[in-house]
Amino acid sequence: MSTKHTNLIVSSSPHVCDPVDTKTIMRAVVIALVPAFAVSCSVFGITALSMVAVCVAACVLFEAACRKLLNRPQTIGDWSAVVTGVILAFNLPSTLPYWMAVIGCFAALVLVKQLFGGLGQNFANPAIVGRIVLFIAFATPMTNWEITPRMSSVIREAAGADAVTGATPLGLLNKGIEVPVNDMAIGFINGSLGEISAVALLLGGIYLIYRKVITWEIPVAFLATVAVLAVLMGQNPLFHLCAGGAMLGAFFMATDYVTSPMTGKGKLIFGIGCGIMTMLIRQFGSYPEGVSFAILLMNILTPHIDNWTKTKLNGVQNGGAK
Amino acid sequence: MSSGKHLNGIHVNHSKNTAGQAIIPMTLPEKVYIPMSQHIGAPCQPIVAVGDHVKVGQKIGDNEAPVCAPIHSSVSGDVVAISKAMSQMGRVDTIIEIVPDGKQEIAETVVPPVVTDKASFIKAVRESGVVGLGGATFPMSVKFNVREPAKVDTFIVNAAECEPFITVDHQNMLTHGQEIVDGVRAVLKWLNVERAFIGIETNKPDAIAKMKELTKDDSNITIAELRQVYPQGAERVIIYETTGRHLLAGKLPADVGCIVSNVTSVLKMQQFLATGMPLVSKSMTVDGNCVANPQNVDVPIGTPLCDVIEFCGGTTKEVKKIVLGGPMMGRAIPKDEYGVIKGNSAILCFDETFATQHEASACISCGKCVRGCPMNLMPCKLAKAWEQQNIDMLREYHVTTCMECGCCGYSCPARKQLNFEIKLAKQWVMTEDRKAADKAKAEAEAAKAKAEAEKEGGNK
Repeated sequence: MSTKHTNLIVSSSPHVCDPVDTKTIMRAVVIALVPAFAVSCSVFGITALSMVAVCVAACVLFEAACRKLLNRPQTIGDWSAVVTGVILAFNLPSTLPYWMAVIGCFAALVLVKQLFGGLGQNFANPAIVGRIVLFIAFATPMTNWEITPRMSSVIREAAGADAVTGATPLGLLNKGIEVPVNDMAIGFINGSLGEISAVALLLGGIYLIYRKVITWEIPVAFLATVAVLAVLMGQNPLFHLCAGGAMLGAFFMATDYVTSPMTGKGKLIFGIGCGIMTMLIRQFGSYPEGVSFAILLMNILTPHIDNWTKTKLNGVQNGGAK
Repeated sequence: MSSGKHLNGIHVNHSKNTAGQAIIPMTLPEKVYIPMSQHIGAPCQPIVAVGDHVKVGQKIGDNEAPVCAPIHSSVSGDVVAISKAMSQMGRVDTIIEIVPDGKQEIAETVVPPVVTDKASFIKAVRESGVVGLGGATFPMSVKFNVREPAKVDTFIVNAAECEPFITVDHQNMLTHGQEIVDGVRAVLKWLNVERAFIGIETNKPDAIAKMKELTKDDSNITIAELRQVYPQGAERVIIYETTGRHLLAGKLPADVGCIVSNVTSVLKMQQFLATGMPLVSKSMTVDGNCVANPQNVDVPIGTPLCDVIEFCGGTTKEVKKIVLGGPMMGRAIPKDEYGVIKGNSAILCFDETFATQHEASACISCGKCVRGCPMNLMPCKLAKAWEQQNIDMLREYHVTTCMECGCCGYSCPARKQLNFEIKLAKQWVMTEDRKAADKAKAEAEAAKAKAEAEKEGGNK
């Protein structure tokens, strides 16, 4: 008589799953941010490291505390709070007091993410709202751009010989001074901690596309729109691609799953919208930089874009169109 | 994204560990348990009684209902019981228990059928007992007997074998290629169909080469090389990938001019036409990380699953889950004492690492399920609608179009059981739709009766 197997586990198919889960995706994002972090450390020194550490710790603690207070299952293991912490830190100037950074983390993790129900429920990118809250609440410290000896001579000369802070390339552009693009591409410029090196961010972005964590639509549509509009406005498109938060925004913030459309067509619309808003704010707004506002606006439009770009069904007459 | 030329799908690890292994005939079990419901349609009624002596290939169950396939004895021996018991389908079924005498005498009825026209061909196919052997178990004769034969111009042989682990169709093509081609020719001839496609995934280059060689003189038979993207073998997908036609949900392949049959079904049909031996055994892959000697075996119908596992060397670790069929669409069963039925193409035994359910976390709207869905549905939206019990949203997003291939559930990084939730939602919507239709019909009849009554009243 054969051995019988009883009390087996019964569940619905499929019985296998893709090894990639939420945690792996979030960790891939952290890995993709490493090159930009390395450039940041080399340009700003130890401050880059400590700011990232403070933001990550604050975000993880806020997440853990919220879940505990709200009596919900603990979710810090999914690494999403770490990602928010790193990205928020990358959006802050090196000179910002840590306590302000912690307030930004509070806005991001508690107000935007957990009070709306946690991962997957937030209507806007937590890190972006964190940055915008700080930007509006602490306008001066948030635009206090440290100058270090590694930076482009154009920036140092424009700020004056003894200046410790000075305007960013986008600020200088409004005054008619253009920082050389090769300095900007590598990251020898002032600005937020993680946004300075276009090349490092591009490297990370390509890694994310290669690992299939993100798809090409949003970053390509975003950056292409920025470049085209720059040309139309008679400016150097490469400058605008390397300046401010364009690269960081296009690859790491606009691509946030939760707050961007799901279909390819929707992503293209979203990316183009981000690009248009960014350039409009850069050209005509009172702020020198507009990436975070552009993404926030498109985050709010995302549910509508999802509705406009419903997939054409294969199994229904006329693709399900009414 | 859908390129327009292909339907969406996913890349699954093929795990074809038994590829290249010949199909070994299994030794006779101590007893076979043959259920009377092994196909979609009306269950068979036993036509033998306890104490009867039966032979291999002898018909033991049949039903005159329009959708049915007869069932034959897989052994020679004595019928010891006809009982009501749970079958592997999870339903109470009539089960004929036969103790083999070991002689495997062949029934006198096993003689090649005389086929002279379409009617006699379809009758022969019915007598072969062949059903959709890929797992769908739809009776082949019913499939061939389409309502509007003039509309059918394409016969598609489904040899995609897109499910991981399973390799029996592959093996059957390598060893019985000629019989398969003869079967295809017979179908084209008797059903008067213009052309045939044999769809094979490109992970089986030897089978493709072999079938191409065998059909090199048949201008109307094309070997369609299918991409290695799951689910190429799903009916709606293989129809699109070979003919470019979209089969809408709720329609039959014949509505788009196609008949689709599994390759092993064609083989078994042809073997019946040539020898008169009906479907009495099933070739299946036994694999999974618990099986000592994963291999392909030819199993007499009704053999207890546990005996098949034992024949493959038993298990090396504690088995926590047994799946019948492939891991993407197969069914997990609570115990392995059931008899093998026609639709079983694999027995997969898994240990804890495979069996343990991952805890689901929140949807992060990554869109992987949307990009993986061959039907272009939005599984995450459907799951959300199901969780909110929002039937209007389920209808708006066309839940009934889902073919339950499992691509969404496989790719979900939040480990949500999307496929399961959508299955439940689909059943709910279909039940409600049926209720609404019944109600509308009843109301219409009542209104008609009332109108007639009034009319009669007026006449008086």
